[in-house]
Amino acid sequence: MSEKGLKELKSEVKNLNFYYGDVHALKNISLPIERRKVTALIGPSGCGKTTFLRCVNRMHDLYSHNRYEGEIILYPEGINIISSSIDPIEIRMQISMVFQKPNPFPKSIYENVAYGLRVRGIKKSQILAEKVEKSLRGAALWDEVKDRLNNSAFDLSGGQQQRLCIARALATNPRILLFDEPTSALDPTATSKIEELIIQLKDEVTIIIVTHNMQQAARVSDYTAFMYLGEIVEHDKTDKIFTAPSNKLTEEYITGRFG
Amino acid sequence: MVKARAIKEMLLFNMLRLAVIIIMLSFFIVLYFLAIHGLKVLSIPFLIEMPRSGMTEGGIMPAILGTFYLTLGSIIIAFPMALFTAIYMTEYAETRSKIMQTVRIAVNTLVGVPSVVYGLFGFAIFVKVFGFGVSILAGSFTMAVMLLPILIRATQEALLAVPNSFREASFAVGASKWQTIKRVVLSSSAPGILTGIILSISRAAGETATIMFTAVTFFTLSLPDSIFSEVMALPYHIYGLMTEGAFPEKQVPIAYGTTLVLVLLVLSLSLTAIILRINLRRKRKW
Repeated sequence: MSEKGLKELKSEVKNLNFYYGDVHALKNISLPIERRKVTALIGPSGCGKTTFLRCVNRMHDLYSHNRYEGEIILYPEGINIISSSIDPIEIRMQISMVFQKPNPFPKSIYENVAYGLRVRGIKKSQILAEKVEKSLRGAALWDEVKDRLNNSAFDLSGGQQQRLCIARALATNPRILLFDEPTSALDPTATSKIEELIIQLKDEVTIIIVTHNMQQAARVSDYTAFMYLGEIVEHDKTDKIFTAPSNKLTEEYITGRFG
Repeated sequence: MVKARAIKEMLLFNMLRLAVIIIMLSFFIVLYFLAIHGLKVLSIPFLIEMPRSGMTEGGIMPAILGTFYLTLGSIIIAFPMALFTAIYMTEYAETRSKIMQTVRIAVNTLVGVPSVVYGLFGFAIFVKVFGFGVSILAGSFTMAVMLLPILIRATQEALLAVPNSFREASFAVGASKWQTIKRVVLSSSAPGILTGIILSISRAAGETATIMFTAVTFFTLSLPDSIFSEVMALPYHIYGLMTEGAFPEKQVPIAYGTTLVLVLLVLSLSLTAIILRINLRRKRKW
């Protein structure tokens, strides 16, 4: 992995173990995350893919009795972001997340996107307006909302709300963007819009996406990791995983024999 | 079979309707009754003059002012404490810890304590030990202690009603805990918190036993000039006129008039807060 050099990797997970209280939920996860590529995590329900995703932005710190062991190294600094000496808020300022069910704030569309910026102390309305527009364009939502930025975010449809959440996540220029099953609550049209978006976004930002939809993983990702019972079973280029997986379990999952 | 079920539905629905009608009727009957007896004394002078001739003539201005000061004072004291307690209980504390369980039991018990008990407590502590004397200050503090459990509970419910997904969304964009509380949780729960304040206003304005030993007197020569002054108050004035008044033919109508003023005062304070809440809700729908 180190031969690839720091230029190619955004992050590297090394022997990550995670415990919910006494439950050993993630077992010795090791995984490279390629820079400006989409890495997909697939696997049956309960395999730990969302648990792993939430380790990357330290969401587990919000609840008690959770414990991390191991390392998630962020490049180019080379620091371990799950170390207890690192402030989780610092991490979340650089690693954003989009959730399964769209969760815009009960504020206007503008204020939703501007939220991350305001929280970082940016107050000048001109700067905010520019960044809000840039993010909404980046999320392919600008044309649909540019005339009603002051309307409530809840006036939007589900698919639009999710793109709003993506705009909100993009506004702060994150280094890694995490997607937790972003389209499972949406209809097929909205889903394909977001998949297109993800493919566009990867030129600017490193993406990790958890999905239970294998076709989605095959469509949008460059690398795929198959997880089962808290462990990484196989990780490789997406083409290879879906055409010629090395592991029998992976093959059984992909061909639908279980999961 | 189906017909029987439809009849049952209709019966139950009408029972519910009847309950609502009874409640609405009671409200209007009370208002009507008060109006019949009290409207004849209601006038502008009644509202702005001092009482004269042993409470048989004149106005009830000092009582209105006293009630206003006491209500305002008690909410100003109680609200910040209630807010911070509720925030701590819902956002910071471990729900299952022994301390939180104790606090919860304490709050739930205090909600049911009769107001006269608070009145005596306030007399002992604020009037005597703290040395405030019978005053607006002592009355406000006593009433604040009484309002605290109500406000804490109402605020807590409002905070708990904010979905966790909002908090997670806020954290996921890099906000700190306090930023999340201020910008998302408090902002979203403002209408609900306002409801608690509305309820407290109504409660505070109408309380008699709480202020009886701590703030009020039946007659003051002049309007209150400091927080250490004794005051008159509307509920106590009604009580005084009806029980100790020596001239019932003149004073009973004044008592009804005072009651009407109190009801209208509370209604208008509540209405203002309700309108404010409607405005807040409009911008925060979810």
